[in-house]
Amino acid sequence: MANKAEKRIIRLENVTRIYKVGIERIHALDGIDLELRENEYVAVMGASGSGKSTLMNVMGCLDRASSGYYELDGQDTTKMSDAALARVRNERIGFVFQSFELLGRLSTLKNVEMPLIYSRNGWWSRRKRAKNVLERVGLGDRIKHKPNQLSGGEKQRVAIARALVCNPSILLADEPTGNLDSKTSEGILELFDRLHQEGQTIIIVTHEIHVARHAKRIIHMRDGRIYSDLPREQDSVFKATIQNDLQEEQA
Amino acid sequence: MRALIRAPIVFFQLSYQSVYLALGQIWTNKTRSILTTIGIVIGVASVTAVIAALTGLKAKILTQVETFGTNTIFVFPRRPEKGPMRHASWWTIRFLPEHLDGLLEHCPSVERFSRIGSVGRHTVRYGEWSVENIDVTGIESSYHEIESRPVVLGRTFSVIDDMQVRPVCLIDPKLRDKLHLDRDCIGQSILIGHNRFRIVGVIERRPELRLGEGGEEYYEIFIPFRTLFKLGKPWIMAFAASKSAEVLEEAQGEIKFFLRRTRNIKPTEPDTFRVESLQSALETFNKIALIVTLVAGGIVGISLLVGGVGIMNIMLVSVSERTREIGLRKAVGAKKSAILTQFLIESVVLCFFGGLVGVGFGQLLTMGIANIPRVELDMAYIPLWAIGLSFGFAGSVGIFFGMFPAIKAARLDPIEALRHE
Repeated sequence: MANKAEKRIIRLENVTRIYKVGIERIHALDGIDLELRENEYVAVMGASGSGKSTLMNVMGCLDRASSGYYELDGQDTTKMSDAALARVRNERIGFVFQSFELLGRLSTLKNVEMPLIYSRNGWWSRRKRAKNVLERVGLGDRIKHKPNQLSGGEKQRVAIARALVCNPSILLADEPTGNLDSKTSEGILELFDRLHQEGQTIIIVTHEIHVARHAKRIIHMRDGRIYSDLPREQDSVFKATIQNDLQEEQA
Repeated sequence: MRALIRAPIVFFQLSYQSVYLALGQIWTNKTRSILTTIGIVIGVASVTAVIAALTGLKAKILTQVETFGTNTIFVFPRRPEKGPMRHASWWTIRFLPEHLDGLLEHCPSVERFSRIGSVGRHTVRYGEWSVENIDVTGIESSYHEIESRPVVLGRTFSVIDDMQVRPVCLIDPKLRDKLHLDRDCIGQSILIGHNRFRIVGVIERRPELRLGEGGEEYYEIFIPFRTLFKLGKPWIMAFAASKSAEVLEEAQGEIKFFLRRTRNIKPTEPDTFRVESLQSALETFNKIALIVTLVAGGIVGISLLVGGVGIMNIMLVSVSERTREIGLRKAVGAKKSAILTQFLIESVVLCFFGGLVGVGFGQLLTMGIANIPRVELDMAYIPLWAIGLSFGFAGSVGIFFGMFPAIKAARLDPIEALRHE
């Protein structure tokens, strides 16, 4: 396990992402250097406009860097074709979105099966794999339900199951608890903790401290740059807020 | 090797999934689907019905060709379209028996011919039973060798029947039953008007083709040509047969030339009669059928175009409604080609659905026209190739008009799509 944890999954070198709005050039990412190893649990924090969503899109291969180098699982993704990137997304990346993005017409099982439809080798076993992963997230008894018959927490669990069904190298979650109440959120975050213990590499993009608190490594972004990247225990902002919380509690 | 097997599997799984999704989509938006496909439905329904009608008519005419044979020629009086005779009364242009005397000697391509006369509206009686308004037909013995209508009982007419002006007759089985004659009625006597006739045979009925003549019962009774003059002044025409199908046109030409002379038509004046063959009737029919098919094709083309624009419109709506779904599918690894396939299949399924409903309506229309009385379309049916053609057209419309929305969907940027409200 220790050896496996050494394995590098993500490497970004001087990655930029520049949008052109009229004649203006906006540096959404402005020279990002980042390495992630297997089984890390990272929270990317920052205000809106800090570039955290762009970073997630680039790491998730939904977007391409304007310049720089991005390596995922030892593969250089910067020169890949669109079709190859689609395959990378299918096989190596699991997305969890704030608003779940389940297809209302399909049952839970069909929703979870969906990525395997586009997969090269998961098709024949897709039903079994979807059932297994639904059991992993604790929804083995909900496979026939349609999304509108599920609670918000259950919907997000289905979405997580869908993200996991292809056995991705990284799980990318963008504000996964943004649409949930705090109690349900806690349940989802406990699920993330469990997945992390089972060996899953997780990146959560969030601006909420109580979400980030579950991660082991905190990355802060501002103006397209990383200005802090430390283990949770050493993270200054994080410590400060904990102290604030303590002070509030004491008060 | 695995890659070779994979490609069709991937296509199959995408198709299966897309067809399933498309059917779901159609089912959820029932009203919209019906309105959208109405152009396709109308197009397919009308083309199948028109083809069915033409097929039925052609089948009907072909059964006639079978009884007459391809080298039969029909000669009958007809007012010309031009010249001083165009307003002539039917009586002035009628055939007289002597107009046809010596026809065989002067027309070397003609094998045989028979004068046929008819005297209308006689009452036929047997004992206390009677049938009114029967057309009595006078024929020469050679008639039996031109139109293949078997005499199922008794005998055919001989030359002697005609020469001796014998009071004999052939009747059709329906008339026999109507008059309550014995099943074997040979030798029994009936009254036609006030003249007594002896039945010598029962002649089979013609396969029924009464274009525009109405559905009322008709009966046939045949007597020798010369005997006919006892009953009144007949309306005369003639059947002839050419020596072979190859010399059919020569035979027609010879008959025309011969008749112009016997009827004293001046060289500058048009014919006051027609010399037709089933071959030429069939050619005329084929010409009309072609025109009808082209006109119907035009109508169908327009309605398919309108239908196609409807399909394109609804597919564009579908793409924009499902932008987030497209974004999600791309995020979990759907390639452009997969999205393209999904939307193309959806549009094709929609068009096939329209085609299916259209063929259904076409079948109903066909059953409708087949049951209209007084129109000879009871043999109308939709041939299999027409159904295939309809689905082919519907599918092509689906692909053609679904292509633009599908490309639009495939080109969506996943990030933008997922942000779409």
